[in-house]
Amino acid sequence: MAARSTPVRKAWRSLSWLAGIIVLLVGLNTAGALWWGWGWAPKLALDLEGGTQIILTPTLEDGQTVTDEQLQQSVQIIRNRIDAAGVSESEITTQGGDKIVISIPGTPDQATLERIKASAKMEFRAVLLAGTPSTSTASPTDEPTDDATASATESPAPTDTPAPSDTPTATPTDGSDTSWITPALQEQYDAFTCDQVQDSGANTAPADEPLITCNQAGTEKYLLGPVEVEGADISDAQAGVKTTSTGSSTGEWVVNLTFNSDGTAAFADVTTRLVSLEDPRNRFAVVLDGAVVIAPTANDAITDGHAQISGGFTQESAKTLADQLKYGALPVGFTVESTDTISATLGASQLQSGLIAGLIGLIVVFIYSLFQYRLLGTVTIASLIVAGVITYFVVNILSWREGYRLSLAGVAGLIVAIGFTADSFIVYFERIRDELRDGRGLVGAVEAGWKRALRTVLAAKSVNLLSAIILFVLAVGSVRGFALTLGVTTVIDVIIVILFTHPVLQLLASTKFFSSGHPATGLDPTALGAVYRGRAEFRISKDARRQGASREAERRQTIAERKAAELEAASTGSKKSTSGKKEAR
Amino acid sequence: MAGPFQRLGNDLYTGARKVDFVGRRRMWFTIAAVLMIASIAVPFVRGGGNFLNGFNFGIEFRGGSQFLVADVPESHIPIDTGLAETAVHDVVSDAVVRVSTVGDDGVRVQTDQLTDQETQQVTLNLEDAYGTDSVSSSFIGATWGADITESALRALGVFIVLALVFMALYFRTWKMSIAAILKLMHDLIISVGIYAATGWEITPAAVIGFLTILGYSLYDTVVVFDKIRENTAELGDDSHRTFGEAVNLAVNQTLVRSINTGVVAALPVAAILFIGAFVLGADTLRDISLALLVGTIAGTYSTPAFGAPLYSVFREGEPEIAKRDKRVRQRRGETVAA
Repeated sequence: MAARSTPVRKAWRSLSWLAGIIVLLVGLNTAGALWWGWGWAPKLALDLEGGTQIILTPTLEDGQTVTDEQLQQSVQIIRNRIDAAGVSESEITTQGGDKIVISIPGTPDQATLERIKASAKMEFRAVLLAGTPSTSTASPTDEPTDDATASATESPAPTDTPAPSDTPTATPTDGSDTSWITPALQEQYDAFTCDQVQDSGANTAPADEPLITCNQAGTEKYLLGPVEVEGADISDAQAGVKTTSTGSSTGEWVVNLTFNSDGTAAFADVTTRLVSLEDPRNRFAVVLDGAVVIAPTANDAITDGHAQISGGFTQESAKTLADQLKYGALPVGFTVESTDTISATLGASQLQSGLIAGLIGLIVVFIYSLFQYRLLGTVTIASLIVAGVITYFVVNILSWREGYRLSLAGVAGLIVAIGFTADSFIVYFERIRDELRDGRGLVGAVEAGWKRALRTVLAAKSVNLLSAIILFVLAVGSVRGFALTLGVTTVIDVIIVILFTHPVLQLLASTKFFSSGHPATGLDPTALGAVYRGRAEFRISKDARRQGASREAERRQTIAERKAAELEAASTGSKKSTSGKKEAR
Repeated sequence: MAGPFQRLGNDLYTGARKVDFVGRRRMWFTIAAVLMIASIAVPFVRGGGNFLNGFNFGIEFRGGSQFLVADVPESHIPIDTGLAETAVHDVVSDAVVRVSTVGDDGVRVQTDQLTDQETQQVTLNLEDAYGTDSVSSSFIGATWGADITESALRALGVFIVLALVFMALYFRTWKMSIAAILKLMHDLIISVGIYAATGWEITPAAVIGFLTILGYSLYDTVVVFDKIRENTAELGDDSHRTFGEAVNLAVNQTLVRSINTGVVAALPVAAILFIGAFVLGADTLRDISLALLVGTIAGTYSTPAFGAPLYSVFREGEPEIAKRDKRVRQRRGETVAA
């Protein structure tokens, strides 16, 4: 019995792994329900639950119009931003030629709205002048805003505004040239208070002209040169934690930027130039939507196209900014015209009918597998039920953690996955039967069939997983939701077949009932065309073969073929019979 | 005790009984070609020469008209969304209508793009239905915009290339990859053709159905081709089977699996389609399940009937295989076909 105990022990080990996974999933769900406000059912998508409709109108100056192209581009960027926040399957469209309508499930908070509508136009400008804003209007006692309490430690306390050069406008040679500062501009700068930036929301100037603005906290004001590097030259942006030169984490959140080749060259030029200048003209301002995020001093020339922005980010604000920068700035700014709750377009009855249909489908599959595989069919049923339980928990976790929402199409996808999952079992069972037909004993057939089936299942499921991953990474909108469903069910399927179906069969194969080859097991060797040869060994039954062989096949076998087959049979001797040797008689 | 189906499985396994997919490939190829040509021709005919016009794209793709009913009086709250559907269907009987309530006292009605006259009529109907005179109409753009289609197509292209490479590495031959991809095209063309033929609306759900087929079709191919790989790898010099016969045996040995899988995959989908389309009239379910049903059936059928013979044709021309096949035939005393 020693030979038999190994598969049995392995089987129990696999099953305990599966139990471990289920316990982990249940535990995570329970923890979520207790502490993180999770529910016990997945959240539903827009079509089934409704949500919020947000209408955005572009903020335009007089006489300015928004083109269809700008609107489409905005829709695309907003969709990317929403997608980056999770798999919620929102609907975004244009309305009446100048508005954008966003329908998202649930109720968005202010931060979400901000994230959607902020144009996120980033510019890099050299600092010409920097100073504290005039105290007369920025008095903290007047308006005790939170800005007033923000510290300005990130930059050295600026000295008094350097004496402006009053020279008449010479053509400036570069972005740090003080000849940008005309007397008029100087006057404007002197009178500038940071309230103006906060009131208007964004201060703008054409890219080739200087800009007067403040930092976001309103604690420092700047006169900046023309745009040196544009946000469009950023090829990638990632949120991360700042590390020291020794590699240890400082815990400060930053946004890491990667520039494209144009941006890299421009960035290298500017930083090289700034290093040799005196304060404040050695500083470089990162301007987002007209306000300075940070204006650090350039200590070294940066030539590798990588830059890091720090400036009091939290994890969330760093990620938001990174996403905004990655997908580009909106071509126009938008304001929220209205937000309203909207009801589901499909509603509960459709979901119900989908679930009923799924249940009926499942029952029919059960009946069919019992009919086809007898008792083995119960293994299919049990496997599908375990797969269903795991899928439920995983979808629930994804829903409450990653913002995944179940749409009616998603429900249909899950129902269809029943069939795809069941196929792994069918492939496996058929392989076991093939091995039995080749005359193996049941335990051996299960092991040998498994080896072949696993290879096939893994290869085929890899193709499914590949499609899921690629669609998830490259596609947008509802296609991503589908890809997630496909990927999740594929992985669960493989887990089930390895950790449940196979071990259960190993255990069953060691029972007396199954190894007796009772017809009800669905693994009856005689019925499968093999014949009892000795203890738990079978060889192919000639009678069964003859009985099965149609006359047509007999007729087709020419004398030469028979001879060749006989020759071959003689040469290969009494090796284990393979499928190719039926003619060897 | 062996049931007829099990006996069929036994016979198919030993080769005692077989469906000749490879030998009679001319017939199978003809069937595939006819189906594909029909699937391409139908939308052309329906669209009057324009391929894309042959399909009934949903408002998610084309945009449409939107009506906004505001200030619905107390007497009509809670809002009955059915009234809005009737209001549109009275004017355009076959229009697709999506209704949702907005806030507490508003109704949003989205439908196919209407003419000015129809729009006026629907506006009047809605005013009557909800007892209010503040109904506004506007044009809405596609929620499934060109950018989604573009990104999905790009993803598709990348996937097909990577799947080609993956299968080529796994099977150690490019020819299986190419046969698998051609077979995939066959399945997709037929599924799309069915939509043109029935005139059912192509919604985002249906597109997702097509994507599911894509995965399933290749999946099924890999399962069957893996058996072909096993069987043809065993072919030695002294074998009495030609390459094509070995391929055919592999296909037949997996035929019971193919039938079982096809049935098991199609049953739940058929349940959705039946309940969705005929019992409850749930449009979304109907749209997605038609694509899936056709796709699973086509995907299962075409692996043995199109993919496998195609692969056999690709390989038979190779000098080494052709030489061995010739030897096998000579040994059997058959006259060798030129």
